[in-house]
Amino acid sequence: MLLPRVIPCLDVKGGRVVKGIRFQGLRDAGDPVERAEAYARQGADELVLLDVSATPEDRGNALEVVRAVRRVLPLPLTVGGGVREARDAETLLEAGADKVAVNTAAVTRPELLDEMARIFGRQCTILALDAARTSNGWETVIRSGRERTGLDAASWAREAVDRGAGEILLTSWDRDGTGDGYDLELIAAVRAVVPVPIIASGGASGPGHMAEALAAGADAVLAASILHDGHTTVGDLKRELRALGVEVRS
Amino acid sequence: MIRTGTANLASVAAALQRAGRTVRFSEDPADAEGADLVVLPGVGAFGPVAGRLDELQLRDPLTRRIAAGRPTLAICLGLQLLAFSSEENPEARGLGVVPTTATAFRNGLRVPHLGWNRVTAGDDCTLLEDGDAYFANSYKLDEVAAGWAGATTDHGGKFVAGLERGNVLACQFHPELSGAWGQALIERWLAAAAGVV
Repeated sequence: MLLPRVIPCLDVKGGRVVKGIRFQGLRDAGDPVERAEAYARQGADELVLLDVSATPEDRGNALEVVRAVRRVLPLPLTVGGGVREARDAETLLEAGADKVAVNTAAVTRPELLDEMARIFGRQCTILALDAARTSNGWETVIRSGRERTGLDAASWAREAVDRGAGEILLTSWDRDGTGDGYDLELIAAVRAVVPVPIIASGGASGPGHMAEALAAGADAVLAASILHDGHTTVGDLKRELRALGVEVRS
Repeated sequence: MIRTGTANLASVAAALQRAGRTVRFSEDPADAEGADLVVLPGVGAFGPVAGRLDELQLRDPLTRRIAAGRPTLAICLGLQLLAFSSEENPEARGLGVVPTTATAFRNGLRVPHLGWNRVTAGDDCTLLEDGDAYFANSYKLDEVAAGWAGATTDHGGKFVAGLERGNVLACQFHPELSGAWGQALIERWLAAAAGVV
């Protein structure tokens, strides 16, 4: 039986971990290598590193961060941010990523998912899907939430998996950084249409939210703010998840 | 480390470096035959990688090495390549040192089988131990083949998590991504191999 995963997320900019609310108002949250080592020690099951750099120069910094994190991390590492072409994914894999997440570029050119799955395999091809609530569902948003696409999130998830995505990193734009809990209806809506693992993201403030997301159909839960701010540790979250009846890796 | 294409080679190299080893990437049949330690990493599809082994003339040296039980670590697709064939690309030919065919997971299961799963090692294993391992596979071997010791895991039914014979260790999971447990397994393989090279 696959064990639910608890995955810390490092948003990286200028060689530092940053975190905001609804992708805005970024503040410093530490050194990425120190954070990665600490989370690995605490029992993290995987790490997601999102390059949120604004400039091409800073992309080079992010690549250095991937290399440095790889040296110390004996866990799966998913890297996303700024991937436009299959060769960008290759650069990240060579730097030390195990899986590559694509977001905006997959929406603007969906064939990228077919190409990545063909070259690197589905298990390496991750769709990062940012979804914002509308009056009757969820709309896919891109460019760090700045642009709405009109694309129904569940339909897009389905198409992406048909093309080659082997996992979905599903972020609720409305809940990101708020601590209000994951968008459970969004998780259930995407779960209903895809067989691949779903990583729930956006809104966690504690183990209760995580247990709810797993019950709603997620296979893994992402957390950033609550860990970076030192409100809790991965170890504490896992202990509390176990107390709630969720079997996790020790 | 045999380079058969783009894979998470950096992760495997990092784990070996943490164990104090130097890693060289190679596509040379002489290395596949003669290197003290060979790692056959595996990411990609069965057919293309099997074809690549033929193109590079790696099939025979790898087959001889594994048949002789010389220090070899095969990971993920690397394990499936030891089989005769795979449902992934039925026309392609594996190394055939494990007499079986890799099969797909049945419908209705989460696929890819991506994440941490419990590994149970057989009593005759000397390297593989019980523990939690990180997997990323869509195909699998169903049974531990005769002549091999092995470990299993479960995803809609038992399947092979790892095989060992002599100093050959083949893992369906990624030891390089399986935390302290995986790192310790790599170090046991290196220590056992050190006895013979």
